[in-house]
Amino acid sequence: MIQVRELTKFYGKKQVVENVSVDIQRGKITSFIGPNGAGKSTLLSMVSRLLDADTGEVLIDSTNTKKMKANDLSKRVSILKQSNYMDVRLTVRELVSFGRFPYSKGRLNGEDEKMVDQAIGYMDLESMEQSYLDELSGGQRQRAFIAMVIAQDTDYVLLDEPLNNLDMKHSVQIMKILRRLVDDLGKTVVIVLHDINFASVYSDRIVAMKNGRVVKDGTTEEIIQSAALKEIYDMDIPIQQMDNCRICVYFNS
Amino acid sequence: MRNVHKMMLLAGLAVAACALYLFHDLNGSFDYALPRRGVKVFAMVLTGVAIAYATVVFQTITHNRILTPSVMGLDSLYMLLQTLLIFFLGSDHVTILNKQVNFLLSIAVMVVFALLFYRLLFKKGNQPIYFLLLIGIIFGTFFSSISTFLQVLIDPNEFQMVQDRMFASFNNVNADLVWTSLAFVAVLIAVAWRHNASLDVLSLGRDAAVNLGVNYDSLVKGMLVLSAVLIAIATALVGPITFFGLIVANLSYQFFKSYKHSVHLTGAIVISIIALVGGQWVVERVFTFNATLSVIINFIGGVYFIYLLLKESRSK
Repeated sequence: MIQVRELTKFYGKKQVVENVSVDIQRGKITSFIGPNGAGKSTLLSMVSRLLDADTGEVLIDSTNTKKMKANDLSKRVSILKQSNYMDVRLTVRELVSFGRFPYSKGRLNGEDEKMVDQAIGYMDLESMEQSYLDELSGGQRQRAFIAMVIAQDTDYVLLDEPLNNLDMKHSVQIMKILRRLVDDLGKTVVIVLHDINFASVYSDRIVAMKNGRVVKDGTTEEIIQSAALKEIYDMDIPIQQMDNCRICVYFNS
Repeated sequence: MRNVHKMMLLAGLAVAACALYLFHDLNGSFDYALPRRGVKVFAMVLTGVAIAYATVVFQTITHNRILTPSVMGLDSLYMLLQTLLIFFLGSDHVTILNKQVNFLLSIAVMVVFALLFYRLLFKKGNQPIYFLLLIGIIFGTFFSSISTFLQVLIDPNEFQMVQDRMFASFNNVNADLVWTSLAFVAVLIAVAWRHNASLDVLSLGRDAAVNLGVNYDSLVKGMLVLSAVLIAIATALVGPITFFGLIVANLSYQFFKSYKHSVHLTGAIVISIIALVGGQWVVERVFTFNATLSVIINFIGGVYFIYLLLKESRSK
């Protein structure tokens, strides 16, 4: 379990995350939703230590992340951010191999190679493993980066808007893979999403943030309710049940 | 051609350049000419290693391939230090006369400056690269303006001493410093070489590096200090060479298709040995000392720099 305890972050004088405490349960997909500027990405960055929190602490399976070595932490929590700018030209396989860095320090042994193969296979990238990343489409690139995180083989996988700039087909593909990571491999996935319908259909729990605070935290059934969404987005959003999915029809509200 | 073969080819060329410089036209003067040439070759190799290593590492930590560590203003700081010493203490003071003392003092000052630079720029989160360039240019100009001002006031005889250190020259390398430099360079590179894999990860950007468990802040700090010391050594040995590191680092990136620092560091080092030793031979034998290597390097480097700028702007 990841326990976030009273995290606070200021950018200059503006408080972007205000005293946030939230528990992220193991073996579930937890989606963070909320309007732009709610502090979701900042919170995720602090949990994964990309950003230092001004106050508060993060416990991973009851250990304070500040007391963990960077290398040990990188074997338990991985994060993928929105922008993936690089200085160098890499092939898909080289990128995925970087996921083994916490274990191998750049010298891959047989087991590392096996994990890399598995990750590439899992993301269906075998046919393009020798292609350079800049030759791939946005969706393929995103899959390559997720493969790197899979090769990193951490219990907790944090993803900051992984569906950005992806079309419907690739978005669905990636969400299905994340679902399989949780159901088949027992990983814990935390994901920042903008499309609440993806959150509704694929996640187990939803945490809603607004103005740097957590306003709702519960199971998907509890959050995907017109009343709760009204509180989060200030919009009247009707909800339709279609098969097993609860779809928010927000386009004309 | 595979990287290994390219590397062997280049290493062969480097050895050939050294042999050519050492033995060409020696006329059996093994006692007199050979040791003198030997010291020069040795100094050039050390300079080449130091500059190549410093530049590749600096470009990785700044995520920019058209920067050299001299944007921090280290060259001008070196000149300022020499000018200040001569101005205030005189050319017969121990800090000028004793080259070892002078050397250690220069290194200490440059390391302190690099640490200040780090505090200013890297510590406060992700400052844009323009900021680094601007601050570096401002510092550089500031330092050289003070130096010029003091040099105008200085006694003409003393100014000779300053001028002596102002221009890069492989014709009169600081032979006394060769052994001290060797010790420094060997220890530094032995320590730094272990971090090559971490530097590879750094090329993925800060976020990815932190995600993969690299101690980003301490690595960047360490590597910045390393670059500063190596540049200090090269400057003390032969004087400031602005563009050299830029050329060899980028030639290595173009020549070797790899993301690995172990490849590019070795490549840049070997290329710089070829360029320095081979270039100096050309200067001595072909131009018969009518041109200096630093002028040629800055000329070729300048042209290459413009080419890189044009190429980068087109690829954006």
